[in-house]
Amino acid sequence: MTGRPAGGGPAAPGDTADLVVIGAGVVGAAAAYFAARSGLRVTVVDRGPLAGGTSSAGEGNLLVSDKEPGPELDLALYSQRVWREDLAEHAGLWEFESKGGLVVAASPKGAGPLAALLREQRARGIEAVDVARDELRDYEPRLSPDLAGGAYYPQDAQVQPMLVVAHLLRMARLAGARVLTDTEVTGFLRAGERITGVRTGRGRLSAPAVLNAAGTWAGAVAELAGVRVPVLPRRGCVLVTQPLPPVIRHKVYAAEYVSDVASSDAALQTSPVVEGTRAGTVLIGSSRERVGFDREVPPTVLAALARNAIALFPFLASVQAIRGYLGFRPYCPDHLPVIGPDPRAPGLWHACGHEGAGVGLSVGTGKLLAQALTGRPTDLDLAPFAPERFSPPTEPPTDPSTDPSTDPPTDPPTEGNEPSPTTR
Amino acid sequence: MRAAGDPVADVAVVGAGPAGLAAAAEAAAAGLTVVLVDAGERPGGQYWRHGPHDDGPPGGHGRRTFAALRAGLTRTRTRTLFGHQVWLVQRDADRFTLHLRPAHDTVGPGTRALTARSLILCPGASDRQLPVPGWDLPGVMAAGGVQALLKGSGTLAGRRAVVAGTGPFLLPVATGLAAAGAEIVMVCEANPLRGWLRDPGGALREPAKAVEGAGYAALLARHAIPYRTRTAVTEIRGEDRVRSVRIAPLGRDGRPRGGVRIEVDADLVALGWGFTPSLELPLMVGARTRVDTDGSLVAVVDDRQRAGVPGVYLAGEATGVGGAALAVREGRLSGLAAAADLGRAVDEGRVRRLQRAVRRGRRFATALHTACPVPPGWTDWLEASTIVCRCEEVTYHDLCHAARDLGARDPRTLKMLARPGMGMCQGRVCGFATAQVAAALTGRSPQAGDLLALARRPLAAPVALSEIAALDETAANEEN
Repeated sequence: MTGRPAGGGPAAPGDTADLVVIGAGVVGAAAAYFAARSGLRVTVVDRGPLAGGTSSAGEGNLLVSDKEPGPELDLALYSQRVWREDLAEHAGLWEFESKGGLVVAASPKGAGPLAALLREQRARGIEAVDVARDELRDYEPRLSPDLAGGAYYPQDAQVQPMLVVAHLLRMARLAGARVLTDTEVTGFLRAGERITGVRTGRGRLSAPAVLNAAGTWAGAVAELAGVRVPVLPRRGCVLVTQPLPPVIRHKVYAAEYVSDVASSDAALQTSPVVEGTRAGTVLIGSSRERVGFDREVPPTVLAALARNAIALFPFLASVQAIRGYLGFRPYCPDHLPVIGPDPRAPGLWHACGHEGAGVGLSVGTGKLLAQALTGRPTDLDLAPFAPERFSPPTEPPTDPSTDPSTDPPTDPPTEGNEPSPTTR
Repeated sequence: MRAAGDPVADVAVVGAGPAGLAAAAEAAAAGLTVVLVDAGERPGGQYWRHGPHDDGPPGGHGRRTFAALRAGLTRTRTRTLFGHQVWLVQRDADRFTLHLRPAHDTVGPGTRALTARSLILCPGASDRQLPVPGWDLPGVMAAGGVQALLKGSGTLAGRRAVVAGTGPFLLPVATGLAAAGAEIVMVCEANPLRGWLRDPGGALREPAKAVEGAGYAALLARHAIPYRTRTAVTEIRGEDRVRSVRIAPLGRDGRPRGGVRIEVDADLVALGWGFTPSLELPLMVGARTRVDTDGSLVAVVDDRQRAGVPGVYLAGEATGVGGAALAVREGRLSGLAAAADLGRAVDEGRVRRLQRAVRRGRRFATALHTACPVPPGWTDWLEASTIVCRCEEVTYHDLCHAARDLGARDPRTLKMLARPGMGMCQGRVCGFATAQVAAALTGRSPQAGDLLALARRPLAAPVALSEIAALDETAANEEN
């Protein structure tokens, strides 16, 4: 199948594969890559172009520093090994940069919880260095002198996520996979309870296994199969500055970012995340809001992003922003991704709900899934990520009248996302 | 920041070119309170551009119209805010808040806000450019840029010029340069340009245009300017600056005919491939879009220039490139429509006459677009090393790699993987070319959605972070 054009041709009637992957984002691409390399015949379908959704709307972070101890941290550490060992030879293709993360506390009050988190993280195998107040500017000379202290995480790294998607899919094609973009899944093929493939706008695809890697739109795909996977959109905005000479070396963020990431509050949260890119632009985040798929960003969000960034790096006050972009993190109520087979619909698998960590966690997710799909023992226990954990009635009901994020996910992932190649 | 007690205007008009001046004059004459904003220091826009020392009406076509519109603004004491550009528009239930900053100050915290009940956007257009080997050499300019230099400061950008591209705009550029003392080596028009003046649906109903064309023909003859149709500049040569250009005849399919090339010496190349409407503000307030006959993304309006968003009107090039005369008609119509929608009495007979005039002008513009397409084979003259995006130094080879090896099938994915349009200009220069290259490489013509992804810009202009940080205070003021 490698002779096909990169975008793929139409699915011929009666097409078969071992695995159909729904979603050509970073998680789908990683799953396709590892599955194809494990000998499976893989077909990837996406209703839009590759990386058309959240994969192209982030910053490309591979972080361990922002993870509290638990299954997500285990997956992050596992993914670190996949990025740095299994995929080491390809690191240059996607501009892998082991830049390190610097977490700063604005006040002694914030430094306490940071120190406590640090102790727990170290116990789970994260490398972290205490940074005293007067050492901060050795790491980042332009930091505000008013900060109380911080921690340095050498494992934090960054990639250019769209290049990750494009190259993983390219290498998957070299291993026999097929990629069909502009191909929407409209339903599932079934034999009794069992899922046996998908119906698409271009024909049927038969496969004994179908992987739902549709990101923020995975809930709608699961619904087509008659199962509930509560993936909700959590909006984030990023401001991008004019290109500058290299001034910010690490990913720099405030200690309260960790608690914001873990929070389930629907209201707006902003905490400063600032980092330079290879292109010279500086990316300024972060915001979290549950407002459905609303693309209209209130000026108060932009103002908070700018103000927070200036508090960390005062020189940014006179730097120009040239654009902004937004995306919708695929968020599950318990902040854990959904990975593994779905016993409620045999033949259906999920790899979705990675929230803001999808790029970092993608390759670990893909490798583990390939192991499970080929009947091998997985390097990491998938039980904490099991899809059936959402089966009613264990799930607390959400009130649709107050929760705007239960809007039907009708916004196509392929339209209007601000392209963001600087987001590495 | 908006001063406390600053009044809410009935209408804010953004852009003081032909469309915006006409819109502001009509709205004010109908009794609305109007505020007119423009990034330039004086009214007139790109078309009625002022000379360096001249405070009176500029020369050129329609100067009487310009003088009358400006007198109307003076008479109605219309509030004007020149030298300011709008970088963000906020739409609330019953009003719009425009955030503005000084257009020529890059660092100062100069942001201010103004509010209005309705909005007439007349943002105009910028030069549409197609890359060609050597186009990044000093001495190569967009035709509109050459014209602006000439009109704005009387500066002659070179002594020996080649003017190339397509469309009637090449004529005033060439004759303007010649009148200022430059030698015009050749005007290269890519299209045959025979039929359109005889097109009964177009030019004959616009006699002024035919007269204008005849005038340029006389000027070309007087300055002995060689004018060649079906030719294009396919390569620009030089080390530190332009020394010569290669010119090739184009076949019926728009592709350079093999083997035949002439090379002429020149120190200035003016390239004009039409114009790209500036859609940042229309898109920011929710205007819908379509692909126009000339391949540009334009905003959709109804027969009263309404954008389909309550209180928003659009006039001029943003609704489709059509020139100054059409822009004035659309501007007048939008001003009257805004007044009528706010309950003022307007002359409906006049509205109908303007609607007819707009339709006539639009038919002419469409005929012109049809007669002056970008040659379909233009990407053939690109070399692997030709820069397509100057800001990010993206070459044609980079785009080919992203399309052929990495699976980019549309302009947006091409942009994400190869970075064209990601730099300071945000694709304002290379967006059209990138979309065309994507189409040529993938055999998939650009869809409105593809162009939209390249045109949407959440910040309409670069703005200091301190000014964005101050948006909160503005919002707080609005609520008080």
